[in-house]
Amino acid sequence: MDSPQEQAQEQAQARGPGARRSSWGSLWRLRSYLRPYARSLVVSWVAALFGIAAGTVIPLVGKEIIDGPVAHGDRGGLVPLGLLALGLGVAEAVLTFVRRWSQAGPVLGLETAIRDDLYRHLQRLPMSFHDRWQSGQLLSRATSDLSTIRRFLGFGVLFLIMNILQLTAVTVVLLRMYWPLGLLVAGSAVPVVVLSLRFERRYIVISRQVQDQQGDLATLVEESAVGIRTVKAFGRREHVFANFASAAREIRRTSLAKVRLASRFFTFLEVVPNVTLALVLLLGAIAVGAGALTLGTLVAFTTLVLQLVWPVASLGYILAMGQEAMTSADRVVEVLDTVPEISGGPAVIERPRGHVRFEGVEFRFPGAARPVLRDVWLEVRPGETVALVGATGSGKTTLTALVPRLLDVTAGRVTIDGCDVRDLSLASLRSVVATAFEEPTLFSMSVRENVTLGHGHASEEEIRQALEIAQATFAYDLPWGLDTRIGEQGMSLSGGQRQRLALARAVLGRPRVLVLDDTLSALDVETEALVEEALRRVLAEATGIVVAHRASTVLLADRVALLRDGTVTHVGRHGDLLSGVPEYRELLAQDADLDPEGSMR
Amino acid sequence: MTREAENTWRGVAAEDRDEISERVSVLLRTRSRRLLADLLRPHRRAIAVLTAVIVASNAAGLALPYLVKEGIDDGIPPMLRGQGAGTLLAIVGALLAGALTQAFTRQAFLQMSGRIGQDILLELRRRVFDHFQRLSLPFHEKYTSGRVISRLTSDVDAIAELLDSGFDGLVTAVLTLCGTAVMLLVLDVRLGLVALLPLPVLLLFTRWFRRQSSVTYRRTREAVALVIVHFVESMTGIRAVQAFRREQRNQEIFERLNADYRAANTRGMRLVAVFMPGVKLIGNVTVAAVLLYGGLLALHGTVTVGVLAAFLLYLRQFYEPMQEISQFYNALQSAGAALEKLSGVLEERPSVAEPRRPAPLPRAAGALRFEGVRFAYGDGPPVLPLLDLEIPAGQTVAVVGTTGAGKTTLAKLVARFHDPVAGRVLLDGVDLRDLDEDTLRRHVVMVTQENYLFSGTIADNVRFGRPGAPDAEIERAAEAIGAHTFVSALPGRFETQVGKRGGRMSAGQRQLVAFARAFLADPAVLILDEATSSLDVPSERLVQRALRTILADRTALIIAHRLSTVEIADRVLVMEHGRIVEDGPPGRLIAGAGRFARLHHAWLNSLTPP
Ligand SMILES: Nc1ncnc2c1ncn2[C@@H]1O[C@H](COP(=O)(O)OP(=O)(O)OP(=O)(O)O)[C@@H](O)[C@H]1O
Ligand SMILES: Nc1ncnc2c1ncn2[C@@H]1O[C@H](COP(=O)(O)OP(=O)(O)OP(=O)(O)O)[C@@H](O)[C@H]1O
Ligand SMILES: [Mg+2]
Ligand SMILES: [Mg+2]
Repeated sequence: MDSPQEQAQEQAQARGPGARRSSWGSLWRLRSYLRPYARSLVVSWVAALFGIAAGTVIPLVGKEIIDGPVAHGDRGGLVPLGLLALGLGVAEAVLTFVRRWSQAGPVLGLETAIRDDLYRHLQRLPMSFHDRWQSGQLLSRATSDLSTIRRFLGFGVLFLIMNILQLTAVTVVLLRMYWPLGLLVAGSAVPVVVLSLRFERRYIVISRQVQDQQGDLATLVEESAVGIRTVKAFGRREHVFANFASAAREIRRTSLAKVRLASRFFTFLEVVPNVTLALVLLLGAIAVGAGALTLGTLVAFTTLVLQLVWPVASLGYILAMGQEAMTSADRVVEVLDTVPEISGGPAVIERPRGHVRFEGVEFRFPGAARPVLRDVWLEVRPGETVALVGATGSGKTTLTALVPRLLDVTAGRVTIDGCDVRDLSLASLRSVVATAFEEPTLFSMSVRENVTLGHGHASEEEIRQALEIAQATFAYDLPWGLDTRIGEQGMSLSGGQRQRLALARAVLGRPRVLVLDDTLSALDVETEALVEEALRRVLAEATGIVVAHRASTVLLADRVALLRDGTVTHVGRHGDLLSGVPEYRELLAQDADLDPEGSMR
Repeated sequence: MTREAENTWRGVAAEDRDEISERVSVLLRTRSRRLLADLLRPHRRAIAVLTAVIVASNAAGLALPYLVKEGIDDGIPPMLRGQGAGTLLAIVGALLAGALTQAFTRQAFLQMSGRIGQDILLELRRRVFDHFQRLSLPFHEKYTSGRVISRLTSDVDAIAELLDSGFDGLVTAVLTLCGTAVMLLVLDVRLGLVALLPLPVLLLFTRWFRRQSSVTYRRTREAVALVIVHFVESMTGIRAVQAFRREQRNQEIFERLNADYRAANTRGMRLVAVFMPGVKLIGNVTVAAVLLYGGLLALHGTVTVGVLAAFLLYLRQFYEPMQEISQFYNALQSAGAALEKLSGVLEERPSVAEPRRPAPLPRAAGALRFEGVRFAYGDGPPVLPLLDLEIPAGQTVAVVGTTGAGKTTLAKLVARFHDPVAGRVLLDGVDLRDLDEDTLRRHVVMVTQENYLFSGTIADNVRFGRPGAPDAEIERAAEAIGAHTFVSALPGRFETQVGKRGGRMSAGQRQLVAFARAFLADPAVLILDEATSSLDVPSERLVQRALRTILADRTALIIAHRLSTVEIADRVLVMEHGRIVEDGPPGRLIAGAGRFARLHHAWLNSLTPP
């Protein structure tokens, strides 16, 4: 990114590309998740329909009782009608029960299935995606957005349809009763529709904004919780709090704008039918005066118009709910629609030898002006170990990430046993290559689960061997042995202990290609020597790529590749490079050149 | 109550249990109610106004049908008789006025209640966030960030839902309910009693619902927290997840947690599916009973038809609002579970507490002393069995030792991430426990082993060491420790985004930024926990050269495995199993035959391999 503008763009991108669809499209697409529940859905809708019908009939029965049996002193007619009212009352309750009960299945099924799919998809999306997206944004999509969709589909849709049905039915009746006034009532729908459309456009923008801000807030919370040690170490509680509070205030501000917009719309929706009512009364009176309408019809007419007030008014809530569900669906679909740039090919290596070649490899981070790596040629023969040496930020980690395709080359290719890694299935490729990252990347699970991350079925013996190679047998002495949970990101272990577990994880299962990204940096000299000793045996049988900052680690390798200015400038034996290449000497030998004792105070 | 029983619900202790005793549940409820009352208190006045407004709005709304009836009964006949349309016009005018009043008051209500709701949410968010930040590391280590996130997102959302959930309906419903009950009794005592007879049943039913739903909603909150915890953690470690093909297993775990969440939600929805129609059933049965009984009475002539007709109308008004009330009650229950969790968090006290009366420390020189310090994490084995140590102001001390020896732990005690189990740690003669947080942090800064960058620019991250520092100083800090070279090579220089958790920087670059941050903070005591472990040799050398000047006038604790660091130290401590086994100036130790001499020899050998 060069200009501030581009940075802003990038930030916007981290929230997602913005309200680009904003239609019912995304929401409509999610309907397929309801397919397995078609039957429950039909049941609940039918129950809703009959429930409403029963509810409407009950008062009529009351009227019937008063006008019939009571008025005529007909005792015999009273009991059946009373029982009818009872029956209808029970029926209404039962139907409501059926509607609510059968709704739980589809609605929650939809929510759960989308969440599962979202998670599955996120696990498939490559590192470049995760680099770009704030985790709070992903989380808010997986939680609050899905609940919004659930709520709308659970209740909103049903009432929306019921309302519209009721509105049309009543309007049709009105038109047939006395068409000029009926037309007036029907005409009052025009401002409602026009305004609804305008409202919709504005409401979508603002509710999207609120949702995005909620994602940002979640991101802030996450960072402050994960970075709590740093916050404490610097005593920056207030600084972090100020950031959070201003984001929370921002949400409050937009939410209030949303409330203001909605409240205007809602009130408008209430005013329209009421004003229509006044007009109906006025014009109706004139019509009655002119003899075009009987008084009785006018009474019936106004009673019906009164019945329209609530459905129109509640339309506002439902539409608002619908729009929120739409923007939520947009946000979810946005992620689901991101195509994983890295997906496996068809090939499988049956008996991997571990012959790794970088052929004219170039790599450029998305949006970067210059490539980090260019024209890299490097061959690591089966069983050989090559050390990668380069200055801080020279691209060593990037280069190693190309082998298991955590990143994909932007030009050239990486091959294993002559096969382009992009042609291999990811499962096959990643079972051939194992990496110990520079950051241990542990999970708050047991030691055992952390070590067997990629080999769920590893035997006790294999685990023991791996732990022994990594000098991580301390794990057996933890309070619950290998079943001890090691805290979030392994934080209940010391730095060196974490690193050794990550190393054990990589060597478990004896991968053909072993990548070690500066994995001995947190070890003391003696432990390091022990680990190196053990690693030498492992590397004798595997192909190794070892990123090294220290001479001692370089010695694990048969050859050394020097990475400089984004490319491999020299490959050779450590001793040769040391004597022949000044840059290399500068990187590795300076320690040794100095006389430590002499420089000590 | 015994202490033990008490501890089962204090703070966040009750979070992961769904079966709790009635007694504890009452305590929890009181606690959450107290929080709710506390949040509402500042808005007392506004709420009173709000109630008035909503009553006015509803009165206007109720007047409309009445006015229509008046118009037809009293407005039209005179007009037909040729007496002019004056009455009718007046009534139509009143109708319009009523409609506008209703609209106006309603809009006012919506905006006011929206504002109150948002203010409450803001206050709640601020309070909980601030409290989380105050809680100590031992709490956070157990609680995990995923839970913190779920409290501040999904629990707060549950409360937002309550605030959105038709407060207006509730007020009207309650008012109508009470008014109607009186009307019913006034109209006819016998019928009124029949109509009100089911109330006790209703109360019992509601009680049942409350018990059931509090368990269920509690479970829901817990289940969603677990989903969030797993989600966050697997997204954070996605690199390892993909590289080690963990996706399948993760998917299984996630789907299980998600299914648990769904089950809890299903239970909740089904409870409501019983509760709401149940209320309706009670109402409908009562209506039918009144119809029958009233019909009989009317037949006998003991009540008039008019009374019966009115009765039926009012009865509907009595049981309709029940739906509204039970809806609100349900939202309240669901928010109650969230409030319970949040009030639990707010009740937690930092184990590393701020002193009541902080001791003054006007000018820190940086002398450190450990007096009989013992330390263990939680109830684990002792990590520091017994430590006595004195570091004079201005000394640069290197701490070395096998991994897991307790070096970081020692440093964390100086930075007061934890308090010792026994003994004390003193800064310039003052127990750290007597210093307030600000003073301590101003004077003691630690660069942790796992340096953490916040998303934002490089400048933002460096400035974290001293908010408000001008750009020039940030550049100077970077320059001083040799980070300037790499930053200048970046196209955006100091304005380059570091990505989440600094993911767009290389490991070494992250360390440099973290280092610059500490340098900018300019403390009296600087603790560096393997702050250069990922740097290449030339960069490390630059940092060390810088350290020589930086550390000249301050106390420093440098933990390092690369003994090159030792060159700049005045003194070396060798730690083993939580004890200091050697202590002295580096030259003397190297010359000796102890542990450090051996270490140093091994290190020299590793530099000049055969
Ligand atoms: N996700 C990313 N987006 C953009 N730039 C990146 C990203 N990750 C790394 N870089 C940049 O690419 C360059 C190479 O980074 P890399 O992590 O490969 O370095 P490295 O050689 O491993 O360094 P170190 O020794 O410090 O670990 C650095 O300048 C870094 O700033
Ligand atoms: N938060 C924690 N909870 C429980 N135990 C811990 C915690 N942190 C460290 N430990 C344990 O305390 C012991 C000392 O850890 P410490 O981090 O002080 O070691 P260290 O000397 O810094 O090691 P390293 O050189 O590997 O960083 C270790 O056995 C470790 O497992
Ligand atoms: Mg690296
Ligand atoms: Mg440590």
